[in-house]
Amino acid sequence: MAQDFMKLVESRETRTDIPAFSPGDTVKVHVKVKEGDKERIQIFQGLVISRKGGGARQMFTVRKISGGIGVERMFPLNSPSIDRIEVERHGRVRRAKLYYLRDLRGKAARIEEKRKG
Amino acid sequence: MAIAGIIGKKVGMTQVFADDGALVPVTVIQAGPCLVVQKKTSEKDGYDAVQVGLVEKISNRRITSAARGHFEKAGVPPVRTLVEFPYEGDANVGDRVQVDIFKAGDSIDVVGQSKGKGFQGVMKRHHFAGGRATHGSMFHRAPGSIGASAFPSRVMKGMRMGGRMGGDQVTVKNLRVAKVDAENNLLYIRGAVPGGKNGLVVVRFSRNGKRGE
Repeated sequence: MAQDFMKLVESRETRTDIPAFSPGDTVKVHVKVKEGDKERIQIFQGLVISRKGGGARQMFTVRKISGGIGVERMFPLNSPSIDRIEVERHGRVRRAKLYYLRDLRGKAARIEEKRKG
Repeated sequence: MAIAGIIGKKVGMTQVFADDGALVPVTVIQAGPCLVVQKKTSEKDGYDAVQVGLVEKISNRRITSAARGHFEKAGVPPVRTLVEFPYEGDANVGDRVQVDIFKAGDSIDVVGQSKGKGFQGVMKRHHFAGGRATHGSMFHRAPGSIGASAFPSRVMKGMRMGGRMGGDQVTVKNLRVAKVDAENNLLYIRGAVPGGKNGLVVVRFSRNGKRGE
């Protein structure tokens, strides 16, 4: 019984409008930013290097290189402050967490595009 | 508020987003519905309270005849758990108590039985510091001295030592109701609540606590 209620509660907190994406993909995250009483959309574009957690608690990490400095931002997947997510490119990777990219830069940090088949 | 609390079962923990987008950790409790089984009055019992039972499916064979008489007198189906609450205004035997007595923002106390931890040492049980791990130390997690020698020739009562930990009744005070789902009898409480999943908890209004609008 308890499990069923947990599923119900979590399903209510889960967003269904998020497209499928996985680590290695390049995404544009449209984030709602509140400034005073005004709200605007900011885009955070980068490479998804991890997805973790399950159900309503899932988080994902986006990494980008901004002005030569690596910037990572973690988002709760079901956060209402995410306006939408665009998947720019599917990358071909061989592991679920791409933390090794933190030690690589330039050409070495590239990720091959996934071939459709 | 007529009756000041409700009985429920812990469903589990998760997180929900507040209206401003903040992530709130919540414990979900399946609370009630409950029925008033008995009303205690100051003339008869010396104090005013209502005895409330959590409505559950229960086999008819599991009730003692004494308890059966008690429920028949109230005209309510038998229940497993009975708890007394104070009340204000009007309350009668047979009344239903449901989650909608609470509103988001209400300040509440939650009573539950903590998870049993078994036999634990003094570091976990009483937060002793222990000794150092390396540099030739031979004193790691032991309690150390438990008193003097010839006088008093005994260990003082209440000396903190290893032993059974957990499984105690614990009250967490001043928690906040995050959300009420009256349709499914669910109560969302901000923060953690004692006990494991399916554990019985008693939720009641805090004394002098804040009320949500």
